[in-house]
Amino acid sequence: MNPALVIPALAHPSRMAAAFIDSAPNPAAPIATPWFFYGLAAAAVISGLLVITRRNAVHSALSLIVTLLSVAGLYLMLYAPFVAGVQIIVYAGGIMVLFLFVIMLVNIERVSKERQFNRIWPVGLLASCALLALFMSAIQKGKSLFLDRMVQLPEGTNTQQIAAALYGETGKMGQYTFAFEIASLLLLVAILGAVIMTKKKI
Amino acid sequence: MTDVPMANVKDNTLPNAVSQVPSSHLDLETPEHPYLDSNELIINMGPQHPATHGVLRVILKLDGEKVLGTECVIGYLHRGVEKIAENRTYTMFNPYVDRMDYVAAVSNGLGYCQAVEKLLNVEAPPRANYIRVILTELNRIASHQLWLGTHALDIGAMTPLFYTFRDREEILKIFEKYCGARLTTHAFRIGGCQYETYAGFEKDVKNFLAFFPPKIDEYETLLTGNRIWIERTKNVGVISAEDCIALGVTGPVLRASGVKWDIRKAIPYANYSDFDFEIPIGENGDTYDRYLVRMIEMRQSLRIIEQAINGLPEGPIMAKVPKVIKPAPGEIYHSIEAPKGELGYFIVSDGSTQPYRLRVRPPSFVNLQALDLMVRGMLVADVVAVIGTLDIVLGEVDR
Amino acid sequence: MLTSTINAFTSYLGSPLPPGNAGNQLWALIYVLIIFAGVAVVVLCMNWIERKALAHFQIRLGPMRVGPHGLLQPIADALKLMLKEDIIPDEADKLVFWVAPLIGLVAAFTVYTVIPFGPSQAVSDMNIGILFMLGVSSLGVLGIVTAGWASNSHYPLIGALRSSAQMVSYEVAMGLAVVSAILMTSLNRTGTGTLSMIGIVQAQQQQGIWFLFKFFPLGLIAFVIFAIAMVAETNRSPFDLAEAESELTAGFHTEYSGLRWSLFMLAEYAAMIAVSAIAVTLWLGGWLHPFPNALNGPAWEFIFSLFPGLTFGALALFAVIGTVRMPSHSFFRIQRAGLAVFALLLAFIALLLFVIAILGRNPDASIAARFREGIDYVYWFMLKVAIFMYLFIWYRATWPRYRFDQLMKVGWKVMLPISLGVLILTAIVGVFVS
Repeated sequence: MNPALVIPALAHPSRMAAAFIDSAPNPAAPIATPWFFYGLAAAAVISGLLVITRRNAVHSALSLIVTLLSVAGLYLMLYAPFVAGVQIIVYAGGIMVLFLFVIMLVNIERVSKERQFNRIWPVGLLASCALLALFMSAIQKGKSLFLDRMVQLPEGTNTQQIAAALYGETGKMGQYTFAFEIASLLLLVAILGAVIMTKKKI
Repeated sequence: MTDVPMANVKDNTLPNAVSQVPSSHLDLETPEHPYLDSNELIINMGPQHPATHGVLRVILKLDGEKVLGTECVIGYLHRGVEKIAENRTYTMFNPYVDRMDYVAAVSNGLGYCQAVEKLLNVEAPPRANYIRVILTELNRIASHQLWLGTHALDIGAMTPLFYTFRDREEILKIFEKYCGARLTTHAFRIGGCQYETYAGFEKDVKNFLAFFPPKIDEYETLLTGNRIWIERTKNVGVISAEDCIALGVTGPVLRASGVKWDIRKAIPYANYSDFDFEIPIGENGDTYDRYLVRMIEMRQSLRIIEQAINGLPEGPIMAKVPKVIKPAPGEIYHSIEAPKGELGYFIVSDGSTQPYRLRVRPPSFVNLQALDLMVRGMLVADVVAVIGTLDIVLGEVDR
Repeated sequence: MLTSTINAFTSYLGSPLPPGNAGNQLWALIYVLIIFAGVAVVVLCMNWIERKALAHFQIRLGPMRVGPHGLLQPIADALKLMLKEDIIPDEADKLVFWVAPLIGLVAAFTVYTVIPFGPSQAVSDMNIGILFMLGVSSLGVLGIVTAGWASNSHYPLIGALRSSAQMVSYEVAMGLAVVSAILMTSLNRTGTGTLSMIGIVQAQQQQGIWFLFKFFPLGLIAFVIFAIAMVAETNRSPFDLAEAESELTAGFHTEYSGLRWSLFMLAEYAAMIAVSAIAVTLWLGGWLHPFPNALNGPAWEFIFSLFPGLTFGALALFAVIGTVRMPSHSFFRIQRAGLAVFALLLAFIALLLFVIAILGRNPDASIAARFREGIDYVYWFMLKVAIFMYLFIWYRATWPRYRFDQLMKVGWKVMLPISLGVLILTAIVGVFVS
């Protein structure tokens, strides 16, 4: 299509959720703009803060879902729709539902009235400051590591690229095949552990 | 109890004395794990609940979905029927019994009339007895139909309810034509029947005999072989024959546990010995067996009705009963096989026109005792299945 | 400004791509609005059809009073629900209670952005379309779970627990069945499959077979697994444990009333349509008419394009029969007139569809031809979805409800191994075939 024919006002991405839609052969200006980034980032940070400040565990869990969804949005902006989709399915749709499942079984009213008994928040603050400093220094010093502008990945083959990286092309092993399989083994061990711990007798 | 401000309690004996009498065997007040009791949940099923068949309140103690214990709270429909009887003459009390098990009003009336007849030492004439048998068996079918519809609805099958109600209508029409009422019929009188059969009674009943067997088959196609129905009812609410006898459970519930006990055969009344029929029994005592037993009972009832309508004798329909009923002092117990089990009337007469004491042995009430035994360790969904399979009518439980 | 708007409006018309992919946000917005309104209308119709069909299964008549044959009943109900007092229990978690129905509704409606009603009749064609659909529809359970929890009441809580466990379990089998269908898309010359909803239908078109019949019976088994799992996913009978009326009074929405309750219903029906659309897309050839490979060519195209008109004509005929058969009592005068008007309306739509079919019979680039094509695509897609919707009603009328542990047993011990086996077999057969 001819980009000249798009109305500027409507084409402005901050107006429309259509920007989530990947436009494979579109040579027009990238839809992802700072507006979306700032919006999603702010949502992620604010809901992230809510996760750790809410006393009610269910509110925390719901905030965490918002965080995860915002991060999924950021993945979309990075032209990684597959990762975004998996993020939604696995984290927001799967794991968080189980989280809620467990939280709801706990008597929240009583728990929320309990005084927090751990006194390690200064340590936590220290650790997060250290992490922040690490990030800052990495961004400052390691500018050469990052491309300073958006990489235009071929949209349509995103899933295939991930598959190639994880499982390899025909005939040769992928870059991360071994790590991926090890991770799956780890998950299997975790599952077995959980089953053994909860089942009184097998 | 620790939260009670002790300053106000001068004498410590009273609270202790009270606390020694458990108000509930579920220990509702003292959770075992005071902190993070994430598992145990106490919920009220009823008195307003779609599946408690009226106003039964079941307090359920749950571990997740598993039932740790139940407690039935009854009495929401208590009308003091037995006390009313002491202030009514024998004849006046007759319609009241219809209001106990209101889906099997004819059976209730039969039991009461026969009990008083026994007290008076009169015997209803054979024609009256045959009419009684026909109507009672029709009523048994109607009661089972209502049970089937609601039981299936409890388990989630919506459609059988409407089929059974459609076919129950045919029975109610016969009742209406016979005595003018559909539900609380007051069909019988002490000493026989008040009404002669109406013109076309035989035809109606015979039409029903031809009409109904395909309908039973229709119900069975919906349920008997249905995988989900079998899974929901097999091995659910199992009760052994010993437990049944220990708890006094009677009727189809007892028979489904394998005990061949039917008062129509064991202590025949109202000329039931004239008829040839079988008593279906189950093997496992589970919900599925109770379902099958009742389905077969409906077919057996049809057999009885067929024999009765074909052999309907001529003659009077009323025995010689004094105008004012004044039985000699004494006491009597008479029981019949109501659709739900043994329905017994214990009447003490002091020689006056009113009973000195009248006690009803309602099958629903006695059968309901078995609920806790049957659902312990099962799931919430089984509670409604078992309440359904016990076939209780709260009007009869609470009286 | 005006000319540019008109330009933006007209520029898309010749495009073979969905508006999202063509980068035309105006048309994307129009499509979104059409779909939103369309789904709302379809849900209202579904409400009427479900009540009527259920009633006729159960030898009842169903709604008969509001409008002829109760046709206006859903509107009356919607009005009633909107006017009802909105009750929020005192002890409820107000915020979560308020948000919960919206979560379900948003999740159910977001899915529609990628549903392909035709090769270009979709808001957008994401290359992770099916993944997006599964992901977003799996968010719907959050609405149920939070609703049950926020009500702060026992029955809703149990309903929420049941439904969260149920939906997470059945998603696994569902996802594996979907993967086996996606695997089938890769059986082409290049060996690369697709997750795009439009791509999946196009793959069926290219391979000349609905995936339902592919590698018989593997495709069929995967389809059946999905068809069962989707009933469980939408909490419909016989898997309606989350709202089991006879056990939990109404399950997770016991404490809800009025508009909020109707949002749950709207979300439930929207989700039913959405999962049916997934099944249609993956296994039943999406927008393709039956036997697209054997029965193609202009003549067949023309015959198939008559079907929408015929369908509406049949509906009009039913309405006419209803009008004629209505008792000739003055009491029914208004109802009879209403039904006659309805019949006329249906007949008019049928006529319009016939005219379009005839005008656009030549497959050229004319507006009429494109319009005819679009109507065909949407018609066949919706017809297939409608079959599923009828099945949902049929299930509800026929079967008892599963118990929770049995549901889990079926999900984990029966459906999961079968779908896993089908997936593996599909992969093996696919390797040998290609």
